[in-house]
Amino acid sequence: MGDIFPRGRVSVAGASTFGVGEMPGHSTIEMAGKAVQLALADAQIGLPEVDGLFIALPDDLFAGLSLAQYLGLHPRFTDNNRAGGASFMSHLVTACMMLDAGYLDCAVIAYGANQRSSGGKLSTPARPDRWDAPYNPMYPLSFYALAAARHMHQYGTTREELASVAVAARLWANTNPEAFAKGPLTIEDVVNSRLMSSPIRARDCCLVTDGAAAMVLTRTDRAKDGPQPLVPVLGAAAATWYNSVTQADDITVTAAAESGPRAMAMAGLTPGEIDTVQLYDAFTINTILFLEDLGFCAKGEGGKFVASGAISPGGSLPVNTNGGGLSCCHPGMYGMFAMVEAVRQMRGEAANQIAGAQTALAHGNGGTLSAQATVIFGNAETV
Amino acid sequence: MSGPGTEWDAALAEGRFLLQRPVGGGKAVFPPRAFAPGTGAELEWFETSGLGTVYSATWIQRKPPEPPYNVVLVDLAEGVRMMGRVEDVTPETLQIGMAVKARIIGGEVPMIVFDPVEQADG
Repeated sequence: MGDIFPRGRVSVAGASTFGVGEMPGHSTIEMAGKAVQLALADAQIGLPEVDGLFIALPDDLFAGLSLAQYLGLHPRFTDNNRAGGASFMSHLVTACMMLDAGYLDCAVIAYGANQRSSGGKLSTPARPDRWDAPYNPMYPLSFYALAAARHMHQYGTTREELASVAVAARLWANTNPEAFAKGPLTIEDVVNSRLMSSPIRARDCCLVTDGAAAMVLTRTDRAKDGPQPLVPVLGAAAATWYNSVTQADDITVTAAAESGPRAMAMAGLTPGEIDTVQLYDAFTINTILFLEDLGFCAKGEGGKFVASGAISPGGSLPVNTNGGGLSCCHPGMYGMFAMVEAVRQMRGEAANQIAGAQTALAHGNGGTLSAQATVIFGNAETV
Repeated sequence: MSGPGTEWDAALAEGRFLLQRPVGGGKAVFPPRAFAPGTGAELEWFETSGLGTVYSATWIQRKPPEPPYNVVLVDLAEGVRMMGRVEDVTPETLQIGMAVKARIIGGEVPMIVFDPVEQADG
């Protein structure tokens, strides 16, 4: 049996970010709570109308319970699904099915983190499993380094091609007022930055920032009458193949090769019909792997594709138009920020708006290239 | 009765590096399971040859003068992959595709490392 998804029957009624960059003096739940308030105001929906809560926080295994308490709600359903940076796309899958079934009427998805202000450390309990731990890999960096090293060996991907991902992200960030890292960045800057776990260098790594984001979802018949341009969810799929990427059959192929085609089939779209892509670029290799796996270029051709300028401002496939995790923000689990940027593109209000964009793909990654989830948004023309 | 992870630990403490395989034949299994992943088939232990090839490798940098250390993925000849470390190599000599052989080191908590294997030409 194939996937069944209520294409276009659920829409994003409200979306927000809060405290992107630095927001000292806030706990993670305070950050997430503020984002929820802003997203509800954006949707012009009152707090008491929310009946479904979806959240993952870096430092709270029971985040859904905490959010119900913080908001003062008795939700019909609460979900702490924890698939790293792909959690929020997975939340959206569940929320869409429940909204369409009538179990929920108004769902909120939220994230908040004070990763920068709390000392710059990843404040999560995630760590290597007992089979990997004895060798002291940097977690999660070395796991991505092993994928990058193999990609370079297997396909001839170069150090400079990896660096071009960081340079493209910075070019987008430079014209986004919300982005945290701005200023010139060259290929040479990246390839000469400090080596961390070869071949990954400091400038191949995402930022460490604070930030919160939230989205409000309702059925489309209601969202149509809302104050914001309609952003229907056209497809959404989550795929998990393992936890440690050590156990991948081929470390250069991620479960995005499953989640992407499934989400696109639900949407009735092909990669060539996606106008902009927002993906989780924890490291420069991620962008290359996911563009290949999602079908925007052939496996092994990702390095050449990104180095061609295709993903940069003015290129044929605008990728991470906010600057991504590499240059806009990265508060630990980036998934929400990819989705909010996709929503802004569909509304026509993004800082780097792509003229005429009608479809946007948001892709989340969790663990060590482990959990993958893909969401496709459209605008009023697509339903 | 112990779980498979504990049984594996006990064998390693006795100097044996074990893998599992389905009783009726099939793909080798690591890390240890209570049953074959994907099929649920019954498993039996067997001792690996320890021979493998490096599938990928990274060098983790430390503050000088501490030298970098490597972390590798090794494909064992029996068809399973594991994380490991190759001893007595440098960033210049450690290569993806090179042949290695497992060795058990350590005292109270033994672990597996890999040594390069000289391969005959031809």
